[in-house]
Amino acid sequence: MDRLGSKPRLATIWLGGCSGCHMSFLDLDERLIDLAGRVELVASPISDYKDFPHADITLVEGAVANEEHLTHVREVRKKTRILISFGDCAITGNVTALRNAFRVDDVLNRAYRETAAVVVGIPSGNHVVPKLLPRVRPVHEVVHVDYYLPGCPPPADAIWQLVLELLDGQQPAGDVRRFG
Amino acid sequence: MSVKTLQIDGKMITGSDGDSIFTVAWEHGIHIPRLCHIGGISDVGACRLCLVEVEGQRRLQASCLTPVQEGMVVHTDTERLRAQRKLIVELLMAERNHVCAVCVANGACELQDLAMRLGVDHVRVRYRFPSLPVDLTHERFGMDHNRCILCTRCVRVCDEVEGAHTWDVAGRGAGCRVITDMGQPWGQSDTCTSCGKCVQVCPTGALFSKGKTVAEMEKDRGFLKYIVTAREKGQWIG
Repeated sequence: MDRLGSKPRLATIWLGGCSGCHMSFLDLDERLIDLAGRVELVASPISDYKDFPHADITLVEGAVANEEHLTHVREVRKKTRILISFGDCAITGNVTALRNAFRVDDVLNRAYRETAAVVVGIPSGNHVVPKLLPRVRPVHEVVHVDYYLPGCPPPADAIWQLVLELLDGQQPAGDVRRFG
Repeated sequence: MSVKTLQIDGKMITGSDGDSIFTVAWEHGIHIPRLCHIGGISDVGACRLCLVEVEGQRRLQASCLTPVQEGMVVHTDTERLRAQRKLIVELLMAERNHVCAVCVANGACELQDLAMRLGVDHVRVRYRFPSLPVDLTHERFGMDHNRCILCTRCVRVCDEVEGAHTWDVAGRGAGCRVITDMGQPWGQSDTCTSCGKCVQVCPTGALFSKGKTVAEMEKDRGFLKYIVTAREKGQWIG
């Protein structure tokens, strides 16, 4: 496998998910300090960027649920050497994809008309909030994925193991964690 | 009882005439994966996970339905079998809505465990995301068709051990479902004795006790051995 540079560029992005995978990433606790010394964190859900920067490793949390997710993950793929599908929503669609058994219009009507106390319209594709895709899709259905890290969320130890293996230039051992 | 000598994964093994390759392998510590087999009730070869290679036969054989024969040479864990089993689990995952994170059986599910054991870290086929019902009409139990893999353990335990035959299978292909009685809601079944054996043998979260939430449904299969031992040997021992 390719050697990464002396200070590899790490990024994380957040598509259609609950951010629980990112919370699990923060559960690396004191290991975050070690990680900060070893990588340059070039993008995360709380960093501000117009164009996604080039990255060596990107962790992708969440499923592809709307048009913005789709364009974003395609751009990220172009600018990332190693892309990791991070958690069950990215890998299976998971809870985000529960709506796939229904039509998008029915789902939006249910949430924003039938059950709303005050009906102000449907926030989808109104040039402010991106339009929902007809079907929520796992990340590997739309771009090539290099590694998978299952779990809802993936345990911090599993994240640490995979990231370290990649930073050390090792072929990941492929210890598969449970879905869910 | 006559004895058959055969080779499984390079080991010389003896089994009783009439025993399946699966049973004999397990007795000798060779744990062939399975989802539809459960000790104490008949085998049907529904899940195809126990497929093995038998030398001299081109097609893979369901080991739970293939009796041991003298001189047989069997392989249970080859590259080809691992690839087949992995694909079978992926097809099961894609066929219905197995959302492990919000399942009553999360952490105690045979499908979830097997996926991990076989190295399934993603599903290569497209998920179908079918729209399926959940039957909550029974007073004590629920049936979630989203999580059913059609192993028919419920059908067999209800028929063969409880003797009620409440469960059966209706429809074909993607429309296949387990049903209670003639397809009426479970709560209206005339034959169900509410014994709960179906719930306990179900490998996934498809059948569950009401009131259980995510990751709370653990199954207890001890009763099956107890009843079968009593029936076969006349001894009430667990």
